[in-house]
Order: sequence, then C-alpha cells, then structure tokens
Amino acid sequence: MAKFEKANSVNEWLDQRLAVETLKRVLSTEYWIPKDINFLWAMGMVLAATFGVLLISGIFLLMYYKPDANLAFDSVNYVIMSEVGYGWLWRHIHGVGASVVFLIIYIHMFTGIYYGSYKKGRELIWLSGMLLFVAFSAEAFSGYMLPWGQMSYWAGMVITNLFSGGSLEAYGLVEWIRGDYVPGDAFLTRFFMLHVLLIPLVIIGLIVLHFGSLRIPHVNNQEGAEIDFEEAAELYKAGKKKESKVIPFNPVFLSKDVFVMGVYFILFFYLVFYHFNFAMDPVNFDPADGLMTPAHIYPEWYFLWSYEILRPFPKDPGLIAFGIAQAALFFLPFIDRSPNVAPAHKRGLFFVWFWVLIVDMIVLTVLGKLPPEGIFNTLGTVAAVIFLLLGPALIVITKFEKKL
Amino acid sequence: MGKDVQGRRDFMGMALGGFTALGGLGALYAMKRSWDPLPSVKAAGFTTIDLSAAQENVLNIEKWRGKPIFVLKKTKDMKPDDRDIVIGSDRFHVSIGLCTHLGCIPAYLPDKRKFLCACHGGEFDTSGHQIFGPPPSPLEIPPFKIEGTKLVLGEAGPEFQKMLDAGLTV
Ligand code: HEM
Ligand code: FES
Repeated sequence: MAKFEKANSVNEWLDQRLAVETLKRVLSTEYWIPKDINFLWAMGMVLAATFGVLLISGIFLLMYYKPDANLAFDSVNYVIMSEVGYGWLWRHIHGVGASVVFLIIYIHMFTGIYYGSYKKGRELIWLSGMLLFVAFSAEAFSGYMLPWGQMSYWAGMVITNLFSGGSLEAYGLVEWIRGDYVPGDAFLTRFFMLHVLLIPLVIIGLIVLHFGSLRIPHVNNQEGAEIDFEEAAELYKAGKKKESKVIPFNPVFLSKDVFVMGVYFILFFYLVFYHFNFAMDPVNFDPADGLMTPAHIYPEWYFLWSYEILRPFPKDPGLIAFGIAQAALFFLPFIDRSPNVAPAHKRGLFFVWFWVLIVDMIVLTVLGKLPPEGIFNTLGTVAAVIFLLLGPALIVITKFEKKL
Repeated sequence: MGKDVQGRRDFMGMALGGFTALGGLGALYAMKRSWDPLPSVKAAGFTTIDLSAAQENVLNIEKWRGKPIFVLKKTKDMKPDDRDIVIGSDRFHVSIGLCTHLGCIPAYLPDKRKFLCACHGGEFDTSGHQIFGPPPSPLEIPPFKIEGTKLVLGEAGPEFQKMLDAGLTV
C-alpha cells in the first residue's frame, strides 16, 4: 500500500484518498471561463438545475403513481392531486418543468447556433447536446403516457404508428413496441420503466459527456475570439484580474450563473403556483378510451414544429420529411462549411439564415396547433418546404462566406 | 515476455471475446422476446357481431382486439363496392376504424356520407376508400367469417380470403 501521512483536516484526509484538491482545481477553481459572455451562457446551468428539480418532483410522484392501465388515471388525478399532502405541488412542478425545460433547451441551442459554438473543436459539445435533446424528447413523451388520459393514449397510438414506416407496413414492429395490438397495459408499464429509469440514466450519462466535452475547448465567447487560456489564467492567478480575459468557473462565474438561476426560478415558481394550466392539457383529464379519438390530436408545444412537417404531405413523403427534420440539426457542424467562429451578425447571409430558421420554426409551431384546413394547409406546406430547404441553403451560404 | 505466453494470452482473449459475444447475442434475443406481446394478448380471440339489427347510414362501432370496428349498413343509393360484405340483399361496409395515415379514429358524417379524420384532415368514402388528405390506402378490413346474419371477426372466411387475394385489403 502507498504510504499515508496523518491528515490534519477532513479535507486533507479526503485529498490523500481521492485527490479532491486536484479534482476541484481541474473541474472548478481553475476551469477558466471567458469574461466576454452574456446571460445566455447561463442557460446550461439553468438546464442542469431544472433537470434536478424534475428529478426531485418525479421521485415524490413515483411514491403514489400506479403503472397499471386500470389504476394509473385515478392514482394521478385523484390520489396525487387531492389526497397526498402537497401532491399537487409535485405534479405542477413536474409538468411546468417538463414544458419550460424545452424552452430553455431551444434558447440554449439557438445561442450555440448564433455564436458558432458548434464549430471546430466543439463538435462533440454539439453532438452530445443533440443527443440530450433526443433523450429529453423521449423522456417527455414517455412521461406523457403515464397519466393514461385521452391525449396519452392517442399520442401513444399516433407516435408508435410512425414506426410502421409508411408503405413499409412494419406493423409487426409497431406491435412489438407496444406489446399489444393497441396501446394497453404492457405499453404503459414499459414506458413507465423507460421514463423513471432507463432514460434518466442515459440523460445523466449524456450530461457528464456534455460537460466533459466542454472542458478542453472551453466555452465560446461573444466575439468567437480564440483565447490563449493558459496565458490568461497565469495573468489571473498573478493577481492581474482586470487584464486577464478569463475568470474561474468557481466561485466567480458560478455566482453569475446562480444569479440568473435565481431570476429564472422566480419565474418558474410563478408559473407553478399561478399559471400551471398551460402545461396541463384539459383533454388529458378524460381517461384513455380506445374507441373515441379526441377532436384534435396535437402534441405539446415543443414538438409542434416537427409535427407540422409531417402533416401537410402524403404519408410516405411526410415520414421522410419528418425523419430529415429530426436528424438535420445533428449535422450542423458538418454542413456549415465556413471556418468563421463569430456571432451571426458578423457573418453576412448566415445572419439572415439564422432568423429565417427561427421564424420558420415559430410559424410551424403555431400552425401545428391549428386545425389542418384550407389556408393553414397551404401555409404549413410552404413552411415545411422552407425548413427542408434551409439545410442545402446553409451549405451554399457558408461555402461563399467571406473569411473573417 | 516469451512468444508462447503472448500466444496463450491471445487465445484466452479470443475465447473470452467469443463467449461474451455469444452470451450477448443470447441476452439480446431474450430482451427482444420480453418485449413481444404476451400469449394472452395474442390469443385475445374472436368477436362475433350481429348485423341483423343494423340501420342504414348509421355507423356502429364494435371492438375487436382493442381496436374500433366500423359497421355501416349501406343505403340502396350508395355505390356498391367489391369491399362490401353482402348478406342477403343488404350491403355492409365493415372496416378497422383506424385511419391508415397514423391511426386516429375517423368520425362518420351521415349527411356528407363520408368519414373525416380530425388528426390530419384525411377523408374516406362509405366504402372506406381514401378520397382526400394524407391517408395512403383504404381503411383495412378485419379478417371475418360470415355465419348467417352474424360476423365472426378474427377468423378468415372464404369471402375475406377473396378480398385478400384481390388485394382489396391487407
Ligand atoms: C438538459 C440538457 C442540457 C444541459 C444540462 C446542458 C448544459 C450545458 C452547460 C452547463 C454548458 C456550459 C455553459 C453554457 O454555455 O451555457 C453547455 C454548453 C453548450 N451546450 Fe448544452 N446542455 C444541454 C443541452 C444542450 C443541447 C440540446 C444542445 C444543442 C444541440 C447543447 C449545445 C451546447 C453547446 C453548443 C454548448 C457550448 C456553448 C459555448 O461554447 O458557448 N446543449 N451546456
Ligand atoms: S391519422 Fe388520419 S389523417 Fe393522419
């Protein structure tokens, strides 16, 4: 065994056995963050905190929830909502959190796109981020099944039917996923497993990967400037904090993160206590009924844009368009051909492209909620085609972009 | 390190790798099977429906294997179709009431004499043929067998077999 000196403090004792001092230095007190960033760079930690809140509220919901097609609806809508002390609080926190986390994810993603934070050296940050987006989508969908209301059932029906692959008619695969001809008990219990165990484990692993992939390239900054982190760190450690371009993550940057989180959580709990209804679809307060489709089936707001890409086309082209839309953002680091790491407003046409993308996604989101009739159909087709064309357009635009 | 030692390590590595791969494949198969529908679900058998009480142009919805089944007695002026089930002088449209687009239940509009799917606006006529919107194929006909004025769903009788062979349903 290695030789151990007598430790003079708990910290020293731990350091001898776990190298906590080294860990602390590498992961926090000497993990350097550029000064030239704004509040949008706090969104990552806001996401991490929201995930924590979802986890805690979920643990309390789990104590009374019953994963059984006959019992699930009442265990949520009666037992948790009106019998369990403060059960409603956990449910509203969980529902609002699941909705708001997507808003923050979208802001976080578009911040990355605006500042070119997915480019050379930062590809893995982007890819792990997209995997997190997929995992969160699966987590939200599986969670939406659990109250076993009308929207749970019919969303489950429609989404699992996507796996028949249109004309491929892979109904065997669909029935395999459901464990039944239609969503039933087997379906509910397996999605329960996914929601409370498997996907959360995957998410935690992905968050570790996402953070790990940030450590070496460091976060980007408002100008996309390449910083000599070692030199800047030496300046900071030599006491020249003003001259240095960086600050340590802990405690300096973290305190700013915590401030933004504070503002965020005031808004968050305002929604939880006074405006939770937007996260609770009224249709889902009717128990699941396989013999009655609700008048309109639409997903939660954060899936509307991709749903609207599916809708205006015939079945097979619709599925293909949908598939492309889901996968397209993954490839961003590779279809952006420009070497410039700079904010969009310094990148000419890319700036236009960025805002067309945002506006188009908002238009798709709004249309996704409207009934598929008349003028909305036409608008939906146009917006979906624009979305699909934005990919090739980006290749061309960035190919001819002036090098800064 | 001697050469033969290296050779022995390689062998043990490959043997271990081989058995691990074998075990992994076995585990994958077991996992796949655990997700399969249970035998009790698959056996959830046959449903008999009586057509004698049906009224013209009124849609009845029955249940078979958890799915809604449309039963529509056609009026005399509705266009006959090879997909109709004929009993005596009556023609019936019987189909699985799930939209062939993504599986919502279309609603029947008796005045307009068509089915309308609210999910993405698909429409079907009274023979189940798609006439508008994203649905790529007609409403499916469940396997059936005619017994007098009764219909046994889940069993393929000669009339169903004929439709299947003619490619009128899947
Ligand atoms: C809940 C899931 C997520 C968590 C907890 C998370 C967390 C973080 C944190 C703490 C940071 C560093 C601080 C910051 O720049 O904001 C970060 C950076 C980043 N994340 Fe995420 N993230 C998540 C999802 C995503 C998604 C969906 C994407 C997009 C595909 C993404 C892409 C990025 C990028 C490109 C950066 C680098 C930003 C820069 O260098 O300026 N992340 N993330
Ligand atoms: S499910 Fe009927 S039109 Fe899409």
